[in-house]
Amino acid sequence: MTLAFDLILCLMIVGTAAAALLTHNALAAIVFFIVFGNLLGLAWLAMNAVNVAMAEIAIGAGITGVLLILTRQRLMALGDDLISAETPGWLRAGAVLACTGLTALVGSAVLSVAPADDLGGPIAALLPELGIENPVTGVLLAFRAYDTLLETFVLLGALVAVWSLAPGNAWPRPPASLNLAESGGGSVAQAFGRLLLPLALVMAAYLVWAGSDFPGGAFQAGTVLAGGLIIAAIGGAVAWPRADNSILRAVLVLGPGVFLIIGLAGIALGRFLFYPPGFAKAMIVAIEYSLALSIGATLALLLAGRSVAPDHRS
Amino acid sequence: MSPLDLLVAVPLALMIAAVLLGSRGRLLLLAAIPVMAGLTVWLLLLPEGTAHIVGDWNLPLGILLRADGVAQLLVAATSACASIIGLYALREFAPGPSGSETAHGYAFWPLFYLLWGGANAGFLTTDLFNLYVALEMVSLAAVAMAAMGSLRAALQYFVVALVGSLAYLLGVALLFANYATVDITLLAGTARPDLATKVALAVMTAGLLIKAAVFPLHGWLPPAHAAAPAPASALLSAIVVKVGFVILLRLWFEAFPAIVAPAALDVLGWLGALAVLYGSIQAIRQETLKALVAYSTVAQIGYLLLAFPLVVTAAGSDRAWAGMTIHAIAHMLAKAAMFLAAGLMLKAVNGHRLEDLSGLVRVMPLTVAAFGLAAISLMGLPPSAGFIAKFLLLEAALEQGAVFQAAILLVGGLMAAVYLFNPLSRTFAGRDTPVTEAKDTLQTAAPLALGLLAVSLGFAGQAMVDISAGVSQAGPPAAAVGEVP
Repeated sequence: MTLAFDLILCLMIVGTAAAALLTHNALAAIVFFIVFGNLLGLAWLAMNAVNVAMAEIAIGAGITGVLLILTRQRLMALGDDLISAETPGWLRAGAVLACTGLTALVGSAVLSVAPADDLGGPIAALLPELGIENPVTGVLLAFRAYDTLLETFVLLGALVAVWSLAPGNAWPRPPASLNLAESGGGSVAQAFGRLLLPLALVMAAYLVWAGSDFPGGAFQAGTVLAGGLIIAAIGGAVAWPRADNSILRAVLVLGPGVFLIIGLAGIALGRFLFYPPGFAKAMIVAIEYSLALSIGATLALLLAGRSVAPDHRS
Repeated sequence: MSPLDLLVAVPLALMIAAVLLGSRGRLLLLAAIPVMAGLTVWLLLLPEGTAHIVGDWNLPLGILLRADGVAQLLVAATSACASIIGLYALREFAPGPSGSETAHGYAFWPLFYLLWGGANAGFLTTDLFNLYVALEMVSLAAVAMAAMGSLRAALQYFVVALVGSLAYLLGVALLFANYATVDITLLAGTARPDLATKVALAVMTAGLLIKAAVFPLHGWLPPAHAAAPAPASALLSAIVVKVGFVILLRLWFEAFPAIVAPAALDVLGWLGALAVLYGSIQAIRQETLKALVAYSTVAQIGYLLLAFPLVVTAAGSDRAWAGMTIHAIAHMLAKAAMFLAAGLMLKAVNGHRLEDLSGLVRVMPLTVAAFGLAAISLMGLPPSAGFIAKFLLLEAALEQGAVFQAAILLVGGLMAAVYLFNPLSRTFAGRDTPVTEAKDTLQTAAPLALGLLAVSLGFAGQAMVDISAGVSQAGPPAAAVGEVP
């Protein structure tokens, strides 16, 4: 039964990937890509990697999918017909050969690794010290907190990088509006958008809290929050802020800032990112709530894009 | 307290301030420079092989930060370059006359601190996944800065850099599956020459060769570095490519020296030799100044790889190691000086071609002098740091009978002289005195300071050799290792 399910899932994953690659219609390719992301999420779920499944579906399929659809829309508005030039046959054959070779090489390397002890044992042994039960949260916010801290700054930097692309006369105006209600016929988006944002807030808050002991955490919560914000923006319930809005900037740096301050406070007690015994969970939850807020705002604004000039029509 | 984490945490705190304040907060740099200088001196004064874990989590789970000779030298050179480039950028990335901010003026400062902190994080860690994160910090800032010059070149750079990152990450995942650790000091003790390790090393190296712009994977560098604003070009050529190089060092000489085949090192050496020749020929052929300087980076990166086979052979390997490390920092200082000087020269003549430089020495002698000082180090003329590096490499090559490498070192120096004398001689040509805009004292002083540093560091040759030798090959400090499962 499970074998049959796995086989069908694998076939569908490969099939949707092939369809996304081979179709000439950009919209069809994007749709297949989104389906591919969701199926991949299912595959992670089948392997009991719930956290990875959530991230894959939310970011890999969800946010990336919206980004691709928006990109297609903007390219079409610019007059691009979205038909890629015909690639020469030898190039296609070469790409197929190179990819197959690399896949075979990496595949055989992966299969050659004996399934041995990983770090599951030591991690499980250390979790009680933190007072949490979700090993993924333990890894992200404690054992490898330094990596996570740096990654949060990468995400912040990504938004600054997108902002830096604003044309000269546009900064610091808001990004192009996604509001469908403005252009008429958006009543579904409008009603849905208003409804979903509060739900997304509650769900994000729950995901962070649950993340200590069950799958969840700041990144998943941030993605849910971003999703709610984006749908609310499409429905016209929220408008994108200006880049020089000081509340916005404070929200963006809140998560990385709280994380860094707690890290530096650890120096007073011994070492950078040292959590005092007994307070680990409290600090992790504080970091995660502030991170979720910042990640949600950052992801939504990454999708919204750069400032646009006042005469811009989206 | 330790400089190993503060050297990363302080730039990140400044990044937060820069996101909040934008270019109005750019004068924070004046506070950052002394703080970072103090932390750098502290790092240099640490006893050899000082290391500690982050938080309370021992290896193999946690992350080890370590001050070895490579880290000490590269962090110090990064502090010098970033401080001086930052001072130069104060004017370039400032609010407009009416106090209105531009997108570039806002975005430069957070990206600048992200790059600085990311580079330090990369030099100071022994953890291969942590290195991936550091690489991402630096690459992201670099791509965004390149986009300030040419969106097209930056997009190309972005895609290529992503491929490099993914290849590297794939290797890290394979190593973790194989060894249940990604710490180089632990890997050094348990490395096995099995298929997974070899594939991991191969894909990681390929990814890093892209990031370090090693021939023939250098194609993204010249357009991106040549088009960016001068301070961004200087940061890209001086600091960003060195992060990829340092990870290559960690992989080949610290994590896996026991299983690396000499033939594989020879391949890297060959790539380095081709990079020197190809980069130099291209630099000679360029007609625009910044493209010339960018191709010179391709050539100079070549020397770093040319040294790889010399480091492993027993005789003179310590000299080769020192030469390679010193070359990395000499190139950082000289190339930063050269890009800043080139930026000032091109802005003054309002052109970008070599022939536009005619007679320039009569209006901006100090800037041309800075370009000349940087050229002295890049050519490897005494007494510069570049000379010390090439001398050590040449000595090691001759001692090992590596005639080929020795010949490339000499030919490369001659070719550098050809491509660098060309723009210099143009500034002395002609009889007219070009009309230029008013100059900024701080901007004039910045490349001069870097050029002087590149030349005068040659007098500290022995000190640099001593520091570079402080690489801990002995494995992790016992205190940092927990129960290995």
